[in-house]
Amino acid sequence: MTTQNQDNIIVFDKVNKWYGNSFHVLRDINLNVRRGERIVVCGPSGSGKSTLIRCINRLEEHQEGHLIVDGTELTDDVKAIDKIRKEVGMVFQQFNLFPHLTVLENLTLSPMYVGKMPKKEAEEKAMLQLKRVRIAEQAGKYPLQLSGGQQQRVAIARALCLTPKIMLFDEPTSALDPEMIKEVLDVMVEMANQGITMICVTHEMGFAKAVADRVIFMDQGQIVEQNTPHEFFNNPQTDRSKDFLSKILGH
Amino acid sequence: MAETTIFKFSPARPAPVNTEGLIPWVKSNLFANWQSALTTLVVGGLLLFYVPQFINWAILTATTVPNADACRAEGVGACWGVITEKYRLIIFGRYPFEEQWRPLVATLLMVALLVMSCTRVFWKKWLIAVWVVVLAAFFILMYGGLFGLSEVQTDRWGGLPLTIMLATLSIVFCFPIAICVALGRRSNLPAIRTFCTIYVELIRGVPLISVLFMASFMFPLFMPAGVTIDVLIRVLVGVTLFAAAYMAEVIRGGLQAMPKGQAEAAASLGLSYWQTQFKIILPQALAMVVPGIMNNFIGLFKDTSLVYIVSLYELTGSLGLALNSDADWRPYKLEGYLFIVAIYFAFCFAMSRYSLWIEKQVNKSKLR
Repeated sequence: MTTQNQDNIIVFDKVNKWYGNSFHVLRDINLNVRRGERIVVCGPSGSGKSTLIRCINRLEEHQEGHLIVDGTELTDDVKAIDKIRKEVGMVFQQFNLFPHLTVLENLTLSPMYVGKMPKKEAEEKAMLQLKRVRIAEQAGKYPLQLSGGQQQRVAIARALCLTPKIMLFDEPTSALDPEMIKEVLDVMVEMANQGITMICVTHEMGFAKAVADRVIFMDQGQIVEQNTPHEFFNNPQTDRSKDFLSKILGH
Repeated sequence: MAETTIFKFSPARPAPVNTEGLIPWVKSNLFANWQSALTTLVVGGLLLFYVPQFINWAILTATTVPNADACRAEGVGACWGVITEKYRLIIFGRYPFEEQWRPLVATLLMVALLVMSCTRVFWKKWLIAVWVVVLAAFFILMYGGLFGLSEVQTDRWGGLPLTIMLATLSIVFCFPIAICVALGRRSNLPAIRTFCTIYVELIRGVPLISVLFMASFMFPLFMPAGVTIDVLIRVLVGVTLFAAAYMAEVIRGGLQAMPKGQAEAAASLGLSYWQTQFKIILPQALAMVVPGIMNNFIGLFKDTSLVYIVSLYELTGSLGLALNSDADWRPYKLEGYLFIVAIYFAFCFAMSRYSLWIEKQVNKSKLR
């Protein structure tokens, strides 16, 4: 059985989750994520990928099993949830920027109200993050005035403002026009090279090959296969993963 | 193989038919086809028939002499003399005649406060202090008993000051209550959710008149002997709770329309429930329902006229009071009502224009 190890920043131990009474979305998930590890999660739609990573910052509750993030178990304890959310940043498919706030205000909100940081310091830090995603000149604009790729980079910068230990990406490029995918992936590759723990749900296989330490393939709420990207893409072990790869790499 | 295009000169063409100016506008908007032409003629005919008659009645043959005999004379139209004669009674109700400068000053202060509160440059923290000061001044002026002012019981208050005070206070108090109830109806806690649902359904299920009636006549029956709460306060509470139930549903409409991702993004950033509501959800949800909120405010302003049922004579009530008590002037109710219609319209139209301005402000972030 899983033992809790200092090197494991996230531990799923027999985690189960149902939507309603009938849909068993996560089934006996066992997964250890090492500190600094970069994981890509893929699989057909409805396989539970998003649900899996949304459990890590408690946007979804698991009903059975144990889920330990950076030494703290996720339960109904609000303090534990708050602590973990400060350490876990998340980037969504639909960006979810706050449209009534400027780019800069989107970034400083959480440091100021959750991190109790003075406004000036929060703004300096935010500008640093905006430079990192190469969008500092847009700080005064409102999100809807930016392109999709720019919005997603702002969302990444916003998640980084709390200096999280873990970054979760939920299909960050799926809602983007093709020519904007690269600018977002470039930013993500840079982050990956800086040693942050990353779990990324994506079908960008180029990204997986370039940065992932491990690829996890999910189907019907279960982890079917996990391997290094090289092994997974060149030598898939199960029929299900072969079938999936043939579909997404088919053309 | 692509075809080679050979350049050809375009011949000069006449300019398109003129669409600017009066005649083209009339042609395309009023007489575009026979249905439109017919409608134009019918509506135009009715206007030509009625508007001169109204102008004749209201202005040309009208009299402003405060003399009932002058009004009864042959060929006299509107009798604005009823206003000249009774305007103080209509505007200030039963408030003691020689003290009526007090409600006048109080009302002007209140209107100034409202105009200030609607103006961006005054949206500072100290505005709250101004509210406290002006409200205190309003009640001291109206009630008296301090600074050598004689005491005037609340049952003598009336007319426009009462209308404005009731509307302002119930709008100010009902808004936070409505926000809490709207959030409560969406709460995960069953007790809070049930309580808020029952509150809204119960209040919406009864007419305002019966709420006022209960506040005024039934509520005192449940109070211990010797304890009385002023009828004005009871009515104010009644109107506020009534308005809050409606407002809560308007606000809940805005909350329902918020995409789930906003709350999730806020949660993922570690914001607490209240931080999420006040910083993320409510600013956007309220912006979406500005027209609905203003609709309710305007309705509330006019609903205050129902307090006549508990013998409080605000603007509408004091008009009745002013004319019914005087046999000479009783026939000229129409003129009286037109007078208060003008006052109500001025306030409601101002609110409605202000709402449009607010909409523009809150939508600034959506402009590309």
